[in-house]
Amino acid sequence: MDWSFFTEVLVGGLLSGVMYSLVAIGFVLIYKTSGVLNFAQGALLLFAALTFVSLTERGLPFWAGIALTLAAMTAIGALIERTVLRPLVNQPPITLFMATLGVSYVIEGAAQLLWGTQVHGLDLGIDDLPLEIGGVLISTFDLFAAAVAGAMVAGLTLFFRYTRIGLGFRAVADDPLAALAVGLSLDRIWTAVWTASGVVALVAGLLWGARLGVQFSLSLVVLKALPVLVLGGFDSIAGAIVGGLIVGAVEKLAEVYAGPLVGGGIEGWIAYVAALGFLLIRPAGLFGAKPVERV
Amino acid sequence: MTDLALDKPVPPNAAGPNRTAPTARRGMVRPSPTALGVGLLLAVAFGLLPLVGSEYLFDAILTPFLALALAGLGLNILTGYAGQVSLGSAAFMAVGAYAAFNLSLRLPELPFVVDILLAGLVAAAVGLVFGLPSLRLRGFYLAVSTLAAQFFVQWVFNKVGWFSNNSPSGIVTVPPLSVAGLALDGSVGRYLFGLSVVSVVTLVVWRLVDSPTGRALAALRDHETAARVIGLPVLRLKLLAFAVSSFIIGVAGVLWAFAYLRTVEPAGFNLDRSFQILFIVIIGGLASLRGAFLGAALIVVFPLALARLGETLLGGLFDSGVLEMSQRIVLGLLIIAFLIAEPAGLSALLDRLWHRIAGRLTALCSRLCPRSGSNRSV
Amino acid sequence: MTATPSEAPHLQPSATQPQAAPSALAVDGLSLSFGGVTALNGVSFTVAVGEIRAVIGPNGAGKSSLLNAVSGLYRPDSGRVWLGGHSFAAVPTDRLAALGVSRTFQNLALFKGLSVLDNVAAGLTHRLRAGVLAQVIGLPTARRERADAYDRAEALLAFLHLEDARDRPVGTLPYGVQKRVELARALVARPRLLLLDEPMAGMTLTEKQELTGCIRVARDDLGATIVLIEHDIGVVMGLSDRIAVLDYGRLIGDGTPEAIRNNQAVIDAYLGVAHDLEAGEGI
Ligand SMILES: Nc1ncnc2c1ncn2[C@@H]1O[C@H](COP(=O)(O)OP(=O)(O)O)[C@@H](O)[C@H]1O
Ligand SMILES: [Mg+2]
Repeated sequence: MDWSFFTEVLVGGLLSGVMYSLVAIGFVLIYKTSGVLNFAQGALLLFAALTFVSLTERGLPFWAGIALTLAAMTAIGALIERTVLRPLVNQPPITLFMATLGVSYVIEGAAQLLWGTQVHGLDLGIDDLPLEIGGVLISTFDLFAAAVAGAMVAGLTLFFRYTRIGLGFRAVADDPLAALAVGLSLDRIWTAVWTASGVVALVAGLLWGARLGVQFSLSLVVLKALPVLVLGGFDSIAGAIVGGLIVGAVEKLAEVYAGPLVGGGIEGWIAYVAALGFLLIRPAGLFGAKPVERV
Repeated sequence: MTDLALDKPVPPNAAGPNRTAPTARRGMVRPSPTALGVGLLLAVAFGLLPLVGSEYLFDAILTPFLALALAGLGLNILTGYAGQVSLGSAAFMAVGAYAAFNLSLRLPELPFVVDILLAGLVAAAVGLVFGLPSLRLRGFYLAVSTLAAQFFVQWVFNKVGWFSNNSPSGIVTVPPLSVAGLALDGSVGRYLFGLSVVSVVTLVVWRLVDSPTGRALAALRDHETAARVIGLPVLRLKLLAFAVSSFIIGVAGVLWAFAYLRTVEPAGFNLDRSFQILFIVIIGGLASLRGAFLGAALIVVFPLALARLGETLLGGLFDSGVLEMSQRIVLGLLIIAFLIAEPAGLSALLDRLWHRIAGRLTALCSRLCPRSGSNRSV
Repeated sequence: MTATPSEAPHLQPSATQPQAAPSALAVDGLSLSFGGVTALNGVSFTVAVGEIRAVIGPNGAGKSSLLNAVSGLYRPDSGRVWLGGHSFAAVPTDRLAALGVSRTFQNLALFKGLSVLDNVAAGLTHRLRAGVLAQVIGLPTARRERADAYDRAEALLAFLHLEDARDRPVGTLPYGVQKRVELARALVARPRLLLLDEPMAGMTLTEKQELTGCIRVARDDLGATIVLIEHDIGVVMGLSDRIAVLDYGRLIGDGTPEAIRNNQAVIDAYLGVAHDLEAGEGI
């Protein structure tokens, strides 16, 4: 076996796994506070990327585009929270999930109705030149993406550890009733969380958009994040990161080494099968301790 | 209270309410409004429509409606009755369709009715395999794991040439429909065929959900722990739900391929199709047989209606791209609206409407003709 | 009832059942903790056949955990449970019904979408022998079995005065009624051992009195041995033959109502603290 090639594939996989983690983190943020598996995360990501590209294509400078898009994402997040999730509070989680499925249809439709269906290129100004590190070729873009993701995780961690809202978020995630009892405003926290996930969607949307082109299929990256979540647990940021790395690596290795044997194209399902296999052995996921149901 | 005779059979005239309904006791059985309604519907569907319907009505509306309603019925068993969410329904439609295709191709001597049954069984077997995770996973974890079926099955039919008789990207054209020597490949024939299959399956499903096993499935859905404690075979029930549901969805796939499209490809059984079936069940009403039909009707009719509406209002501006996007938006809004305003779906909506109309009618009748009014109201 | 110690030991030679008289249930050295919280700490006691056995203790004392361990929903860290002549480290929940054990839950555990009658009849479903196909086709055996189950369910509805709610979806009923439906579901299978976790919580005085009567009948006429968790001391004192008192997961008292009333440890740890329990209901 060619070990340097193997390493190259592995590193490539790990780096693209970071991109999966990036999407998965958006899910985790919402899940932790509101118990919703927000399927619309992919649509949000598409919307963010599409809005940003369309704005800059119309001559807006980079940072203005970011600011405007961010404002739009915040507004959408708050809107979803107010109009869809709040009326459904106390409904079973699966109902909320289906509602976000509906939301994703609306956003996908609206994004394309608004900005058109053509494919846009998105150039973040990062060359995708292969960089040689220790005899292994690594894509600079992947490195950049990984760095951004790392910075974002660090930022989120600081936010949740040191800001009032962040502490509130953790309280809500631990025990919403208790948080309510000590006078934390769920409204503000939920709004903040949806805003945060909008930011995550923007960052992920830009990186993924630069990689794949900004088009409808961008919203399908949500499907890449789901096995990551199953592996890492829906409520763990650390799980999202480690899960992303595992999924990325498994996917690339399988694609390169097993793909040719079965005709290729297995990246569409291998992550699911791997995650499933893992779960059957460890139902609580990577980090979770399976809670005992209270009766 | 101490006079409790749990072991003795309850005497027919015991003080408590008797299980036989008053109407049935009178000797002459009066059919219930439901039975009347279903009978009327069947009469119209089998007798009248084939005489008056246009080809467009059959090919673009009724036949896909039947196939989707059947798929909705199948998913409803799993999700509505047994409470296990599946996002991979289209995969089982594909399995049914491709199984029937291969059966008719490779074992042409088998009658097509047998093909359908076998295709359903193959789908059930695949459903069992992908239902295994349900024994250990719940909720979102299970929902996500059903996506494995969705993507894996689609990939298999794409990549493994044998299933499509080596046709590129898995596209297959099924042989013309004929049952027992009777050619049914016209619009009406295919419609009638679909209608017959759907009628039979619906009857069986109705019997199933009304049986103790059906109740046990609902018990499992409502409180799995309690179900276990009272001794329901939870694991077996879950697998049964997956198998039966996949069987029915597989048969729906056969209809989709043989009665509706006649040329199918794996991409036609994609995630959007799975969501479509899920939406049918949500919009129609979970755990309601009618719901699957109502939901399917809405899902089939509303895009056509939207297209008409858009054309009339916006004319040339309303091109196919805009149409597709607005369909997506409206569909999404519909889902959200139903989940918020009427979680029990069209089925419940219809019920309420019916009660209101019936109430009005009764009031009207009794006002118009005070003595005979109560007899006429249904 | 076959849970005699003379039969049981061959299953578990090292452990001997703590009591000589035939017992419907025995737990021996049960311990269970969740993370840092000790829910049960070496709890041992027995329930004699035909007894109404109360388990009391302040909130969080481990009463529900005890019943959950007995019904196999929680897996104890150590200790054993004796049921129907068998000794278990972890009770197989799936076999509870077959072992003649039924229970109710502290928080309602009904099948919300089903009618009252269906909920109660579900308590007999595990006895049905006809397969799915027989049920769907409607073979005579399947029909007879089913009719029989529903007749029994109807009889229980009458017993617990639930006839009026018979066809209502159970989720739409008031709390107290739902509690009774759950009791009916547990009773319909004629259990040998009935575990009740706060069956009277949230009930009015009249409802409590009625239910007290029902529990007595369940024991006297239906032959069920009963383990009852209840906060209303008045009810407990009047109804039970023996009382076990838990506090912080430990058994701090065990005996007749009279003995418990005079047990200093119990008075200190429990009755003394929540004195208002005497007056009525303590949550
Ligand atoms: N499923 C569970 N997970 C975590 N902790 C639990 C669980 N069940 C019970 N506990 C804890 O065990 C202790 C005893 O609880 P419980 O048995 O419900 O008490 P009781 O029924 O006497 O009020 C409590 O501290 C409770 O928080
Ligand atoms: Mg308790």
